Amino acid sequence: MKRTMLSGNEAIARGAFEAGVKVASAYPGTPSTEILENITRYPTVDASWAPNEKVALEVGIGASFGGGRALVAMKHVGVNVAADPLFTLSYTGVRGGLVLVTADDPELHSSQNEQDNRNYAKFAKMPMFEPADSQEALDFTRLALEVSEQFDTPVFLRSTTRISHSKSVVEIGEPVTSLPDTSIKKDPAKFVMLPGNARKRHVVIEDRLHRMEEWACQQPFNRIEIGEGKIGVITSGVSYLYAKETLPEADILKLGMVYPLPKQLIRDFASRYDTLYVIEELDPFIEEQVRAMGIAVHGKDILPICGELTPGRLKKALTGKEDVPFHAPQEPLPNRPPNMCPGCPHRSVFLTLNRLKAFVTGDIGCYTLGFMEPLSAMDTCICMGASIGNATGMAKVLNAEEAQRIVAVIGDSTFLHTGINGLMDMVYNNSKATVLILDNRTTAMTGRQENPGSGYTLAGDPSYRIDIEALCRSVGVKNVTVVDPYDIDHTRTVIKAEMERPEVSVVIARRACMLVKRDPVKRQAALKVDAEKCTGCKACLQLGCPAIEWQPDAGDKGKAVINPLLCCGCGLCPQMCHFDAIGGHSEG
Amino acid sequence: MKDKVTNVLISGVGGQGILLASEVLSEVLMLAGYDVKKNEIHGMAQRGGSVVSHIRFGTKVYSSIIPEGEGDILLGFELLETYRYLPLLRKGAKIIVNDLKILPPPVTLGKETYPDNVQAKIQQAFPDTLLVKGADLAKQVGNPRTVNMALLGAMSGALPIDNQLWTDTLRCMVPERFLEANLEAFTLGSRAALACS
Repeated sequence: MKRTMLSGNEAIARGAFEAGVKVASAYPGTPSTEILENITRYPTVDASWAPNEKVALEVGIGASFGGGRALVAMKHVGVNVAADPLFTLSYTGVRGGLVLVTADDPELHSSQNEQDNRNYAKFAKMPMFEPADSQEALDFTRLALEVSEQFDTPVFLRSTTRISHSKSVVEIGEPVTSLPDTSIKKDPAKFVMLPGNARKRHVVIEDRLHRMEEWACQQPFNRIEIGEGKIGVITSGVSYLYAKETLPEADILKLGMVYPLPKQLIRDFASRYDTLYVIEELDPFIEEQVRAMGIAVHGKDILPICGELTPGRLKKALTGKEDVPFHAPQEPLPNRPPNMCPGCPHRSVFLTLNRLKAFVTGDIGCYTLGFMEPLSAMDTCICMGASIGNATGMAKVLNAEEAQRIVAVIGDSTFLHTGINGLMDMVYNNSKATVLILDNRTTAMTGRQENPGSGYTLAGDPSYRIDIEALCRSVGVKNVTVVDPYDIDHTRTVIKAEMERPEVSVVIARRACMLVKRDPVKRQAALKVDAEKCTGCKACLQLGCPAIEWQPDAGDKGKAVINPLLCCGCGLCPQMCHFDAIGGHSEG
Repeated sequence: MKDKVTNVLISGVGGQGILLASEVLSEVLMLAGYDVKKNEIHGMAQRGGSVVSHIRFGTKVYSSIIPEGEGDILLGFELLETYRYLPLLRKGAKIIVNDLKILPPPVTLGKETYPDNVQAKIQQAFPDTLLVKGADLAKQVGNPRTVNMALLGAMSGALPIDNQLWTDTLRCMVPERFLEANLEAFTLGSRAALACS
């Protein structure tokens, strides 16, 4: 057995390989992204990025119906997009095993909400495994695929940010050797879910859950760890680790499968203790089911529902005592929020929207950071693809003058994910709003993944690059203009004209992300501020570029200075300077 | 030392190379035979934002999160981002800090102020603080992007790890074309720390 350090996501990828997964599909989303990126290490798996999570799941379903094992991965909110096929997949069941990995994000480290996707297991009537560390992430991925075939059901594997992105020591295993052959097999009663068939399948699903509930009582993934026998704890996932850390003396029922619950095992365990806790992150998912069994427990009466659980928060909930830092700064510290990178092609677009006093319906991506000062030019952000529909709806209720200020801003990957549907609606229903597509040739926010507009596949092979202009024209947009966002004046002129136009128009601001992995943009030498010419007017600071620093003590009013390690010479700031003080190249 | 969990933090600004430093450290600790857990936040938090990586090692480690007041060692890549995470440290913790200020955007915009005398305040609360001139060391190497390895080198003496294991691990983890520069930076960092102790 080989010991190695793996993140939860790397371990899931390894588990998929060992289990003989044939097809893996996903749309990138923090904290799930690295699962598919790591699966590409294993050439026996056909791994690909789908344009969105619904398509990813449908690809997985097809593979399963053909007899192959499949893994589909997404972040928690991605499951909302995939929910339509998911609920019916639960009815059909599988042929080859199918695992859907949902990577939840308690604490919203990089998400727009912190929904607890364990609720989907109950809602869709599907079993859900929940690993506590990387070893279990690998083991449970294998197990989930076997269980999927054994019970003819799709299976959830739920990770959270602290599982997906934590690394721990793992013993890796060998790939399985015997898998059933793939082939066409007609089975309409199972695969064609029209009412007559689906009614019969619903009965099968309910029976499946009852059988799994009894089966789970005997399985090693639901285990009891004996402590001092005074306090009982029911827990799962990362909360198990915090419980072990905080209550080392407790007896613990550690659930590896959080749905369906092993009810008899829980009854037997609970009967031994006067004090019983359910320790879980986010919703009282286990707690409510245990209470419904007539068992008294402590849970969300003392534990937080909002935010992630930590050892410190758990200790405070259980004992009322907070961890006391030995030393804490006594003064307020400046925040250090994330920022668009130096050379980011989105920066000038938001500067322009700010100056044009646009109301910007925004979307999900790096460019969501356009809401921050000093650009301050994003006014809504709901979910992937929402910007365009939001703009349509807003323009409908405003007078002509105000409606003209509405601009939807969406990235290339997000546009292809679910934005295109909104654009069809705009044209179909004669909207007056403007759409800006920020085409930086990659899915940047999640770490620069390929998408149908980038021209490459997950494996790095060249592929057809979707022509976004032609796509927009084909749905009926008559006014499609491409601008280079590094040219501030031209970008402004075009956006202003299109905002004034009383019909749908699309402006594509096209420049590759400075960090794109393939064909990286050649960095230009760093620019330099001529201290003699700099008047300290701060016009360049309006870009909010991290490479432009301010020296308050220089000159009478202070002066700008460019950090040569950060600057990539994009040339935006010289366009901002009225005194021709920025240019040339920094030395050394 | 193997019976107790040791808690190491690496903090700084997204883009400074904290991720690679923490990857190398956790790999070294695993190869030395410890149970290791490490975590940090990816995604939105890494774009020029404040970053902190937690690394815990010992015979058996449960949580990957270091509780407040229990950190043993803090390796800081930037002064404010070192100061910010002092509450995670225990009394007498060891700090290795890079002599560097990076102004956060709200400071550049004049909305907030960078605290005064950060270095002195850190040293006052934690006497076992070592200030490393990371940029100077990287300049000696001739590659400004090796600061992270110089800092890791400066911390290496504080951990129960054989020097050879560090070098072997770096050889496995750093891309070939950057390897020599990174090894040199690591060595300069560890020597700089020795000279101060």
